[in-house]
Amino acid sequence: MRYFRQKLVQVVIVLMATTFLSIFLMRQLKGDPAIAITGGLVNDPVALEHVRHEWSLDRPVPIQWLRWLENTAKGNLGQSSAFNVPVSTLIKERLPVTLYLMVYAQILSLLIAIPMGVYAAYRSNRTFDRVSNTVAFGLLSLPSFVVAIFLVLVFSLHYHLFPAAPKYVSPFDNPVLHFKNLFLPVVSIALAQVAVYMRLLRADMVATLQNDFVTMARAKGMSTARILFRHAFRPSTFSLITAAAVNVGALIGGAVIIEQLFGLPGMGNLTVEAIARRDFLVVQACVALFAVGFVLVNFLVDIAYAFIDPRIRHARALA
Amino acid sequence: MTSTVIAETVPLLAATLADEPGEAGRRRRPSVAMWLSVAWIIGLTLVAVFADALPFVHDPKRTNLVHAHKSPSSTFWFGTDKLGRDIFTRAVYGARTSLMIAGLSIVIGLAIGGTIGLLAGYFRKKIDYVTSLAVDVMLAFPALILALAITSTLGHGVKQVVLALSVLSIAPLIRVVRAQTLVYAQREFVLAAKGLGAKDARVLFREILPNVVPSMLTFALTGLAILIVAEGGLAFLGQSVTVPTPTWGFMIVEGYPDLERYWWISIMPCMVLFLTVLSFNLVGDQLSKRFDIKESLA
Repeated sequence: MRYFRQKLVQVVIVLMATTFLSIFLMRQLKGDPAIAITGGLVNDPVALEHVRHEWSLDRPVPIQWLRWLENTAKGNLGQSSAFNVPVSTLIKERLPVTLYLMVYAQILSLLIAIPMGVYAAYRSNRTFDRVSNTVAFGLLSLPSFVVAIFLVLVFSLHYHLFPAAPKYVSPFDNPVLHFKNLFLPVVSIALAQVAVYMRLLRADMVATLQNDFVTMARAKGMSTARILFRHAFRPSTFSLITAAAVNVGALIGGAVIIEQLFGLPGMGNLTVEAIARRDFLVVQACVALFAVGFVLVNFLVDIAYAFIDPRIRHARALA
Repeated sequence: MTSTVIAETVPLLAATLADEPGEAGRRRRPSVAMWLSVAWIIGLTLVAVFADALPFVHDPKRTNLVHAHKSPSSTFWFGTDKLGRDIFTRAVYGARTSLMIAGLSIVIGLAIGGTIGLLAGYFRKKIDYVTSLAVDVMLAFPALILALAITSTLGHGVKQVVLALSVLSIAPLIRVVRAQTLVYAQREFVLAAKGLGAKDARVLFREILPNVVPSMLTFALTGLAILIVAEGGLAFLGQSVTVPTPTWGFMIVEGYPDLERYWWISIMPCMVLFLTVLSFNLVGDQLSKRFDIKESLA
């Protein structure tokens, strides 16, 4: 419980700091923030004064930050100057795209990496292991945008299988088109993760397979598949789970670039556009959301550990 | 993303590339791939440095519309772009900017992150707690978004991009150096030095630092690879160094709209970028095996 509290305090501090940092950075831009927030559309001094008051723009940055937190807590994220709609509407519209991208990419990379990692560990230092190791190294050195360019060249420009500039389609409207359009972006993000996950799982698995309980299971005549997946897999997944959580940060970065490249209307695309158009309130909301998502996932994984692994639970109870 | 992205992946990569327990006993000789990587890095650096004097490197800004959109040939090794500029030449000058930006950023990152990491790992207590919290905050900020925010507020010059990238590299480097320092600060020779009455500064710089340098170098190489990719990512968002200075990322973006008809404009810089990143990763991996850097993640 003490561990839990400690972690929670850390999460809160991190969230405070990231939101403060984003507001601080945006205020370094030249020009009157009130005019930027209204998009220069409002000339009425009374209205500008109202905006200034709403976001405490005439006060120092820490006060502005507190004001922003207060407004956010009340559910008021403000009005986007570039899109002229409430920021919350924008985010509601854009968030699903990015979430789908990230979740699919995570699932796809795990689906490929887990069987390959397990098999590579089972046959360590044999041909499959060596080949997959080399391939993984190559994948690690391939940035998502390079993968995307090659995929577009081959699968959309040459074979016309997938669109190069896909429209976002909700899975509830047309599931087939949804997956077809998101396929190339997801693969571009997922490939580099495959290499990371596979090599981590393989390394842990090789170590687990040297344990006595594995020899014991084998001696009892248990089938290889059962030993690998029922006995050895679970204790080998801890680095994998941490990596998958930490990787959410990398996924966000990947999603931002890939959304831009494919022209998908997600959060990354929104952030980039908002930064370019000086749409302060949107930038602040987006950055806060990214940070919240990242920190929460990592926090949950930390807590989940204790539930999954009795060793950790007890070690920490003692500490 | 740079990624992959990006600063978060430094510790991740380290974990991925770390040596397996089964192979610890036997030290493998550097492979052919390793020597090829070293050759590529050195060759690239030399060509980039002496680009002005080399006969096969032309003027990167010279446009020649007669030769626009030429596919790769013996005259134009990598083809030409829509203004008839030689892509090979531009890739060479791109190497100059890309390597310089990544190199400068990692040096700054090492100087700042390394110092803070050393102090936090050695003195522990309050310094350590505050640093760890600060590192958590920096790592919670999505790397690319942070870089984006910095360049979009400060501008898109070489200096600003270097600043953004070095800020990104500081937090992971603090973490790595701190972890290494923790390990060495408890070793016998450090105790011995303290027992002999050595001052903190001496212990830090004469006893601990030399032992931490190998892992710093190793991470610097992997970090270089990550930062080259990060610069490419920034370029993709239109937030890196702009015309007329070519960087690889910028060249790739420039050719993307015409990918269907003139694939070489994007693909050639992509290949160069890939080979360079791969080389840095391979050499970094080899070094981490050579110095047996495993405990750094503990």
